Amino acid sequence: MTETDGPLVETRGVAKSFSGVEVLHGIDLDLRAGEVHALLGENGAGKSTYAKILAGVHRPTRGEVTLAGQPVSIGSPLEAQRLGVTLIHQEPLSFPHLTVAENLFVGGEDTGVLGRVPWRRMAAEAERLIGALGVTIDPQAVMAGLSIADQQMVEIARALASDTRLIIMDEPTAPLTPREVATLFDIVRRLKAEGRAIVFISHRLEEVRALCDRVTVFRDGALISTAPVADLTDDDIIRLMIGRPLQEYLHKEVASLGDEALSVSGLTRGGAFADVSFSLRKGEVLGVAGLVGAGRTDVARAIFGIAPAEAGEIRIHGKPTTIAEPDDAIAHRIAYVPEDRAIAGIFRTLPVDQNITAAAPRSIGAGPFISPRREREIAADAIDRLSIRLASVHQPIGELSGGNQQKAILARWLLTDPEILILDEPTRGIDVGVKAEFYDRINQLAAEGRAVLLISSDLPELLTLADRILVMSEGRLTGEFSRAEADQEKIMQAAVPRSAA
Amino acid sequence: MTALGRLVRVREAGLVVMLVILAVVVGAIQPRFLTIATLDIILLAIPLILVAAMGQMMVIVARHVDLSIGSILGFASIAVGMMFRDIPEMPLWLGFILAIAIGAGLGLVNGLIIALFRLPAIIVTLGTLSLYRGLIFILSGGRQVDPNHIPEALIRMAQTSPIGVPWIVIIAFFTALLAYVFLRHLRLGREIYAAGSNPDAARLRGIRVNRVTLVVFSLSGAMAGLAGLMYAARFGYVNPGITGVGFELTVIAAVVIGGVSINGGIGTVPGVVLGVLLLGAVSVALPILGISGFWQDAIYGAIIVIALIVDGSVRAGGLVRLVTGRGG
Amino acid sequence: MSATETFDAAKARPLWHRIVVRPESVTLLLLIAAVFVSAWLSPFFADLRFVLESATFYIEFGIIALMLTLVVVSGEIDLSVAATMALSACLFGIAHRAGLGMPVAILIGLGSGALMGLFNGVLVTVFRLPSIIATIGTMVLYRGIAQVIAGDRSVGGFPDWFVGIDFIAVGIVPVPVIIFVVLAILLGLVLGSTLFGRQIYQTGTNPIAARHAGIRVDRLKMILFTASGLTSAVGGLLMASRLGVVRYDLATGGELQVVLIVMLGGTYIFGGRGTIAGTFLALWLLIIIQTGMTVANIAIEAQLTVLGLLLILAIISANAIYAGGRR
Repeated sequence: MTETDGPLVETRGVAKSFSGVEVLHGIDLDLRAGEVHALLGENGAGKSTYAKILAGVHRPTRGEVTLAGQPVSIGSPLEAQRLGVTLIHQEPLSFPHLTVAENLFVGGEDTGVLGRVPWRRMAAEAERLIGALGVTIDPQAVMAGLSIADQQMVEIARALASDTRLIIMDEPTAPLTPREVATLFDIVRRLKAEGRAIVFISHRLEEVRALCDRVTVFRDGALISTAPVADLTDDDIIRLMIGRPLQEYLHKEVASLGDEALSVSGLTRGGAFADVSFSLRKGEVLGVAGLVGAGRTDVARAIFGIAPAEAGEIRIHGKPTTIAEPDDAIAHRIAYVPEDRAIAGIFRTLPVDQNITAAAPRSIGAGPFISPRREREIAADAIDRLSIRLASVHQPIGELSGGNQQKAILARWLLTDPEILILDEPTRGIDVGVKAEFYDRINQLAAEGRAVLLISSDLPELLTLADRILVMSEGRLTGEFSRAEADQEKIMQAAVPRSAA
Repeated sequence: MTALGRLVRVREAGLVVMLVILAVVVGAIQPRFLTIATLDIILLAIPLILVAAMGQMMVIVARHVDLSIGSILGFASIAVGMMFRDIPEMPLWLGFILAIAIGAGLGLVNGLIIALFRLPAIIVTLGTLSLYRGLIFILSGGRQVDPNHIPEALIRMAQTSPIGVPWIVIIAFFTALLAYVFLRHLRLGREIYAAGSNPDAARLRGIRVNRVTLVVFSLSGAMAGLAGLMYAARFGYVNPGITGVGFELTVIAAVVIGGVSINGGIGTVPGVVLGVLLLGAVSVALPILGISGFWQDAIYGAIIVIALIVDGSVRAGGLVRLVTGRGG
Repeated sequence: MSATETFDAAKARPLWHRIVVRPESVTLLLLIAAVFVSAWLSPFFADLRFVLESATFYIEFGIIALMLTLVVVSGEIDLSVAATMALSACLFGIAHRAGLGMPVAILIGLGSGALMGLFNGVLVTVFRLPSIIATIGTMVLYRGIAQVIAGDRSVGGFPDWFVGIDFIAVGIVPVPVIIFVVLAILLGLVLGSTLFGRQIYQTGTNPIAARHAGIRVDRLKMILFTASGLTSAVGGLLMASRLGVVRYDLATGGELQVVLIVMLGGTYIFGGRGTIAGTFLALWLLIIIQTGMTVANIAIEAQLTVLGLLLILAIISANAIYAGGRR
């Protein structure tokens, strides 16, 4: 069999588990030379994990990958590069202080300690590679001085330098302007014409339609369907992406809503979100849907004072309020359970009880001192109420499972008796049983008259819990649905950007 | 020209401007500052700093710092000085080789501890600063190597050469030239920048970051060793309690003024040479102006702090905010 | 992601393991060993009075090390402590020589130390410089200013009541040792039992999570740096009293001693762990080792070898013990 006959890359039964939990289930997929292949799916559907396996970032737990008919094992990005597979990250992984030419060639084959840097040849080669892309970038320019788009071009040029056969682009267009997107598309089409295979990961259906030959939809770690783009309508694709049999949502008592607890108007922060306005009432669960990078977390961080907005107003109980630090937000009885537990949530090496009481120091204080007895009691009570499973309250929280860590973080915030709770992806990476506990808890918090802002990428979760759902896309509010009118399709229609090139 | 490239050029141009202003101002007050004799004094003041600064800048570009160079300088000069004393027939060139080798060895020890145990260089080299200084005393029994034991030929190297400029000045600038070629034109040199610029990307691209660590510390040690022999030539004696003490701070000052970023990845040899010249000019200008030499350290300290603040506020607008997760 | 995931699977360490296997235990064992060895080698060490008298040579550094422990636990470091000692002591000496009177002179000494610490804090929190480099810069700066204002001469002529605080004793315990013990108890309480101390650990463990939990991280660091400067000034004044004069090169190289005490006490160089108890024990360990070497007629300078080696071994072993819980 020659290269041109069969597919360039074949994966058979490729699966990936992280600490025993399978996140990617047996993917069978062919990628052909000379095609642009779109990977689509909701956040966490598994498309990025799949791409990283091809690029040698992750090793598959099982399954096999063949390249031009030969079984290969791709152990590292360097190996992938040697095999002709390159992953282009959304934010290029480069050397900011080195020149474009050096970024193209540094590393590579080892020529020993005294190897010379062939500056002249490098510059000429860089000129040629970049010229081949039809863009103008000075090879002697320092990388950090380039726009993101130009940095991407350098990464693509680098892929071509090593004669790449498969180029994977992970949401390359997200940080680009429409004109830059047009340039990128021209280049992708040229690469395709040269007989290379391109995998294009994007949320933007119009881009997929404009550029890609075939599309594969991922959902919940499984491959759902592969088909020529022309055979599918936008609505078909969206239906495939959400696809779950519409389950019976838990019955939720329609809470009697109270007064306005929080309202924001015209909230703006450059590059993150613009002109965001909404209000949230006591006893209400307000869902916020959107794709990754839509700006939902940035809005939450602005309200909580971590990275305050540059313009706009925040009102709490109707009163205009300035929140410059999380400390201010806590004083206004706002709580924020962050999206990234490991980075912004837990103190990994500190005991569970100290993690739980971290945001409510006064509850365990006797003057400036800590009352260990009271801390133990409060922590034990919280552990009991949220049924956190652990060996001892003195155990470092890092030793608990993800779900129990998340419960401890929720417990931390419940101790502050918040009136406004912002929950950012509170059930991500948590198993089903614990998820149900969280749902009950969130309902109960609303029933107690607290206002809940629930950011989630899990649409059934939002439809189950929220009284009202906002949708954000590319930093702006693009939809608002009452509980009665919301469904997955409407939300996705509002969440998927369609305004691109 | 990009912003960053401009910044580097601006830094070098700024140093030149500062040198000129210094010359004009000091010259206006004391015309004798603007003579060849002064230039001679400045050139004689800087060779040790210049040589050691070449090593230190490589260490800092690779995101580390080496506090032990003063002790390495002392150790190499004592060891070789004692050999000259005890083996009078030892040739001069062998002394140079030994000084460089001893320095490289001590530097390699630094690099090994740092790379092997993944420890912060600053604490490790604070430890070896003390450790090597102690070894100097043990080795020498606390006695200095007197002028009459330093080979005449070595001392002459600090005074003259066939072309008039003292040998040690020539050696220093030649070292800088080598460092320039190494950092600019050899792959290993560029890997130092790559490892300092983005260690994760460097690893992904197959650069052996640990090897870079060993190389920069060995070179830093080697250059401190060379500076040790230059010390013996320049001052005509080597004293366990004086030679090289506090030297590391002057060198770090020169490197930081020369525009090498403490966050790694940025720095040029011409910039550091200018930084060294500026420090040398300041130290020579003070006595000419009748200002007590006691001002020197305070001025150096102020220069370091100001250079750091300038460096820091440039970075604050860019990458760093993202990386440290503050506000981003 | 995968790092945390694998950690999830790790089994809980038993409680006794957590209590016993920690760097402070190593310090304690070393201290006990050092006491027995030295007492066996030299009868001097069996005499508590001798040990306490020897302590006065190192106690200033011990006092500063107590405060530095808090700084290191918060994830920062202050290498300018010895230079701060020198400059604040010189300012004190010059103020006294200028006829300002002892109370004012002492206030100037202490206040200037606090200001120097505050300046370090500004560099770290406002200009976002790594403390490890910023305080090297201020170390040169403060020492240089001390040299400018004091020149090469000793400044002395202090009143009798001020000189020789190390000779004043309560029972057999010299006053500086009492100050050290009192400060150790005080800071031990602050770090171990107060909300503020808790926030120091949380900040050092994960500054981002600390800020999310409402801790004003920058303000906390500013307080710690200022306190470090103030404590260094106290150390500087104690040294001035002991020596009877101040000079610009007072406590040269003292940062090594101070950092060594903190590291020997098992405080984690990357922040988040460490105790005052460890630092307390480490000072006595260092006193016995250094006095032992002095009694054994090892030159002060040659002792540097041992100190440097100890520093490196201390961070390697503390690192190894904490390795399980790192990052």
